[in-house]
Amino acid sequence: MAVPKARRDMPLTPISYPTFGSMGKTGSWRTFRPIIDYSKCTKCTLCWVYCPDVAITRREDDSPEIDYEYCKGCGICANECPVKAITMQREEE
Amino acid sequence: MVTIKEFPKEEYLLKGHAACAGCGPSIALRLLFKALGNKVIMVVPACCTTVIQGPYPYTSFAVPLQNMLFEATGATCSGIAAALKIRGLEDITVVGWAGDGGTVDIGLQALSGAAERETNFIYICYDNEAYGNTGLQRSGATPYGAWTTTTPTGKKERKKDMPLIMAAHKIPYVATACPSYPVDFVNKLRKAKEIKGTKYIHVLAPCPTGWRYDTSKTVEIGRLAVHTGIWALYEIEYGRFRLNPPSDRLIDKSKRKPVREYLAMQDRFRHLTEADIEKIQQWVDMDWEYYRKLASSECSDLTLHGKI
Repeated sequence: MAVPKARRDMPLTPISYPTFGSMGKTGSWRTFRPIIDYSKCTKCTLCWVYCPDVAITRREDDSPEIDYEYCKGCGICANECPVKAITMQREEE
Repeated sequence: MVTIKEFPKEEYLLKGHAACAGCGPSIALRLLFKALGNKVIMVVPACCTTVIQGPYPYTSFAVPLQNMLFEATGATCSGIAAALKIRGLEDITVVGWAGDGGTVDIGLQALSGAAERETNFIYICYDNEAYGNTGLQRSGATPYGAWTTTTPTGKKERKKDMPLIMAAHKIPYVATACPSYPVDFVNKLRKAKEIKGTKYIHVLAPCPTGWRYDTSKTVEIGRLAVHTGIWALYEIEYGRFRLNPPSDRLIDKSKRKPVREYLAMQDRFRHLTEADIEKIQQWVDMDWEYYRKLASSECSDLTLHGKI
């Protein structure tokens, strides 16, 4: 059997492509919204490491930034923040 | 050794994936890509990670990934590793990423076969102690007393000790990890990447949906599992058993927290009686006596591996 050289030579299989928001804007799942108090933040980046939804990005100076379009509001960041700089507030509307 | 600040900023798990809020396996997945980068080919059987990818034709993984049948993760990894070897692509790591059901119960024979064939790959079992994807049925990794939908009065049998089963295959590297200790996990993955042969890492991944606790406590529960001694962080490198921090300080029983603290945080253990909790505590103490013997100098030189 000939070794396939390119994808077109291979048998047809379903293939998915990487997409931001494959499940849509998951921020709509949220009940509580994390709010960062930047005056307390020590830039330890723990919230960034522990965020399961990849919703926290690290800026150039290591301070965190929350993407509210995709944050599911689990509250791990608020629970793990060593200086309690993140608070969870109920979503209005 | 790395620190958290040295972790790369690149993300290969994309935003907006389909995991539950507070998902432990998602944290472990992110750490996997922090350690190995995108030079990986992943093989995923039926498990929560098939759901995390999202619906066809989208996926939230920016790396090549093959979804495979439940029982075939090890066999598929063997095939991909052989193909990479023939094509001379030595810098690509093959990663088998399976849940506890796909490892401990259904995928055990394929994994055992792949380990026996000395396939060059990393197998990671993320253990949420039930079949989370299909609605929380009991698995071989469900601990004693835990509620699942198929054990409504609590499981009556003990958890299978999968890392030591894999150590008995005399593979070069076996380790346990927990996403609550990211530096430990990333270091173990980087070490595993450098070793040639079959590497097995068992990750305890707390699951808020299945373990019945508040979504914000995922990391805290993982940390408590380690501090109570329910989960020990260790690695077996060429047969040498070594406990990793913070588990290495917990050999002394007085340093360990009572298991009650860990059990009380989760509603799946809500129905346990005092006698059950006492029994679990005794089992944990017995496990630690075993770890102490394995870690002692006379035993660790016996080498389960027997490398000459």
